[in-house]
Amino acid sequence: MSSVAQKKGFGATLWDWLTTVDHKKIGILYFLGGGFFFVVGGIEAMLIRWQLHKPNNDFVSAGLFNDLITMHGTTMIFLAAMPILFGFMNAIVPLQIGARDVAFPFINSLGFWMFFFGGLFLNISWIYGEVPDAGWTSYASLSLASPGHGIDFYAIGLQIAGGGTLMAGINFLVTIINMRAPGMTYMRMPLFTWTTFVASAMILFAFPPLTVGLFFLTFDRMFGGNFFHHAMGGNTIIWEHIFWIFGHPEVYILILPAFGIFSEIFSTFSRKRLFGYPSMVFATVLIGFLGFMVWAHHMFTVGLGPTANAIFAVATMAIAVPTGVKIFNWLLTMWGGSIKVTTPMLYALGFIPSFVMGGVTGVMQGAAPLDYQLHDSYFIVAHFHYVIVGGVVLAILAATHYWWPKMFGTMLHEGLGKVTFVFFFIGFHMTFLIQHWLGFWGMPRRVWTFMDGQGWNMANFISTIGAILMAVGVIVLVINIIITSVKNVRVSNDPWGDGRTLEWAIESPPVFYNFPTTPLVRGLDTVWIEKMEGNEAGYTAAEPVKDIHMPNGSIIPLFMSLGLFVAGFGAMFRTETSWGLPVLIIGLAFTFVCMSARSLIDDTGYYIKKDELLRDMKRKGGQA
Amino acid sequence: MMKGLKKWRLFSLLAVLTVFLAGCGQEELSTLLPAGQVGKDQFNLLLLSSGIMLLVIIVVVAIYLIALLRFRRSKLGEDHIPEQVEGSHTLELVWTIIPILLILLLAVPTVYYTYKLGDVSAMGAVDDEGNPENLVVDVTAKLYWWEFEYPDLGIVTAQELVVPTDEKVYFNLLAADVKHSFWIPAVGGKMDTNVENVNKFYLKFDKDSTDLKDGVFYGKCAELCGPSHALMDFKVKTMPRADFDKWVAAMQSTKDEQVVANPQGEEVFEASCIYCHANSGAGESGAQGPNLATFGDRNRIAGYMDHTKENLIEWIKDPQEHKPGNTMPAFKDQLSDEELDALAEYLMGLSVEK
Repeated sequence: MSSVAQKKGFGATLWDWLTTVDHKKIGILYFLGGGFFFVVGGIEAMLIRWQLHKPNNDFVSAGLFNDLITMHGTTMIFLAAMPILFGFMNAIVPLQIGARDVAFPFINSLGFWMFFFGGLFLNISWIYGEVPDAGWTSYASLSLASPGHGIDFYAIGLQIAGGGTLMAGINFLVTIINMRAPGMTYMRMPLFTWTTFVASAMILFAFPPLTVGLFFLTFDRMFGGNFFHHAMGGNTIIWEHIFWIFGHPEVYILILPAFGIFSEIFSTFSRKRLFGYPSMVFATVLIGFLGFMVWAHHMFTVGLGPTANAIFAVATMAIAVPTGVKIFNWLLTMWGGSIKVTTPMLYALGFIPSFVMGGVTGVMQGAAPLDYQLHDSYFIVAHFHYVIVGGVVLAILAATHYWWPKMFGTMLHEGLGKVTFVFFFIGFHMTFLIQHWLGFWGMPRRVWTFMDGQGWNMANFISTIGAILMAVGVIVLVINIIITSVKNVRVSNDPWGDGRTLEWAIESPPVFYNFPTTPLVRGLDTVWIEKMEGNEAGYTAAEPVKDIHMPNGSIIPLFMSLGLFVAGFGAMFRTETSWGLPVLIIGLAFTFVCMSARSLIDDTGYYIKKDELLRDMKRKGGQA
Repeated sequence: MMKGLKKWRLFSLLAVLTVFLAGCGQEELSTLLPAGQVGKDQFNLLLLSSGIMLLVIIVVVAIYLIALLRFRRSKLGEDHIPEQVEGSHTLELVWTIIPILLILLLAVPTVYYTYKLGDVSAMGAVDDEGNPENLVVDVTAKLYWWEFEYPDLGIVTAQELVVPTDEKVYFNLLAADVKHSFWIPAVGGKMDTNVENVNKFYLKFDKDSTDLKDGVFYGKCAELCGPSHALMDFKVKTMPRADFDKWVAAMQSTKDEQVVANPQGEEVFEASCIYCHANSGAGESGAQGPNLATFGDRNRIAGYMDHTKENLIEWIKDPQEHKPGNTMPAFKDQLSDEELDALAEYLMGLSVEK
């Protein structure tokens, strides 16, 4: 944060955050927003597990349980995992490629606010009392039959949030293509940047199908469309295809950045270059590509016929190969290194066995005839939690500890971090390992209760205890964050001491313009190269100090998103109230006015003068 | 000799796995104790894939543990700078090719079984006299109950599927309202009941269900279908072909003669229930409510409650309380306690097996 910002009052600070286009602040906003929804989704998970801790429990009703599972899945995927990863991408990727910001700072802000208002819209359903209840997949026959406005909240909320995601994806693509520092060739990009790049490309192709699907659903439910009404000539299977053409790549959009995070961590704390970097990049791209070829493995029991099932089964198994390449490359990165078990490294070490477990059960389900048994049973619940919690959430927790000093300028407590890990890791395996067997023993997923005498009681009880342990781990993390934020011990550029990539060459947190001079990149792990050659500063400037062009902040992104948010309520209540239609029109009109304002009023940004930069650098005693 | 040793190793690995996997679960609903050819095929695939995957896990964990133990900074010293190895083409080829081979090993039986289990070509086959060669059951899934029609036999039942053992039974699957999924875990994998098209598959039942805990296999709905998805259970009775034929004959005869355990109950039934529920097993599917011709033979009330008269009365009084979202109206205000009692006695007496 610049010295100017620190002197502001509360109102000015709030205004600063609402209007910010600085990628680091937007990163923090994403992190906080995603963190909030992570806690909400976590509470939903705890209620689910408590309901299932014993047979015939009536802690929640059947309808409420369906609300909980739907909102848990939707919240965790769209409002927690993705935004938190976007938070890290925003905070770190521009630093890793030596850029001063993302390519489109305004759109970056718009992406965040659309996510925020979309998430808000979705969760207002709890207050309104009619909650989405057809599962996060919202299969069409059930989602059309669902009474009340629950599914409307789902369709419109995700539409708004999804729009934000699409913008963020495009923004990262353009940023990584155009804004790399001199010398930062594609094959010198850190793996986290590479995985962000591939995940963004996947967003570009995966989110439009979701947008289309959600529009169909919205029109069917609110405007008398018949896309999925089979009695009117529509087809519900189309929804399943559309959803999974988005939904399967979505899984890789989540896991690829997680792979990137762990690649950075393994390399850093093994003090060793990532083993087989080119094959890691190739595997990432290949996974991204194959990710679009396998959606129908979610639909093996739909009745697509043996030929379709066989093709998708083999394609699914093929993904195991590049994923295996990655696992072995990580192992060989550790091999011959100098491993220091810090908290982030502990998560990375926990990730390998957990994710391998999730991966192999994925291949098992890829065997279509076997999947006829496993599909929609508790086995699949166990599988995707092993992949998403054992992969994505462990990555998020690892990255939280790893990049916390870079984002906030202070370290999280290592001891408490390890306590979090132990609770979370043991709780995680306790919750989900046994669920594989629940699936084998015939327990279907998404059941709000189960009868006694089916042999499922003990396993469900163990699972619930595990969930409580995970919650304890998260609570310790929150305590850790509060304590260290209050103490606020400032740290140096490279607090881990083993930083290899460009973010560790600048202050923690970086000044708002990141790099006083654009860095010159001399190879993969450029900071490591500089350090090995005795340049303690960590980077060589590619240019003399000169004026820097920066964008102005703007409140327009927030207003644009607000307009869509308001219009959403109008669309939802259009037929049953007199104010619905006007509100729909006013909301959309307001958004269009904001867009026009943005287009018509030129905002050319401002310059940070050379003198000011030199003064900053002198004060910090850096090189000029 | 070596070859024999290898086989023995593989066998012992599979044996250990079998014990490990099959050690648990209940016979009437565990996929690990398959009671039919389809379930057995799937179980074999489970053993094969688990074996391969266990191998992968062991290799990964071994490398992982050795690396973690050998290359700790606490051993190597704080200042140790490891060699910055770029990679190894040989190693990378090894861990690309071996997984490809393992995947192929799994892919071949996968494709084979996919076609084998998807083969319903014999479904409409008829013998020289034009009689169907195989039993076909039309399954219709409804909020939250199952209707089973035997189109070639002219009978229909609900909630309890009755099938002969040791022959392929073919199913036509359809949903009447929202999507459901038809699953008998112990006998074979599931298939969805879509709303717009009929799915076809077959199962084979190799075990007589009379020896099981409740005398039935458990069936489940596996696709989220609304509030009472969890309660959308059904049961499966399997019996030798001769017994099945007897059952079919008894079902067909319910058209003409029926046990009437309580005549007053029958009157109540004909005044209040018959608009949605049939009490004759002869007919076709498409009813509003489950066919009740075999009600007395059943195992559960509403698919999941204990089969007692008290539960039945409770159910009729207020079905929504027990199975939220089902389409049956409440009768607590329409019927007196006496009428309910008579009705329950009548219903519990409807039987083709006794």
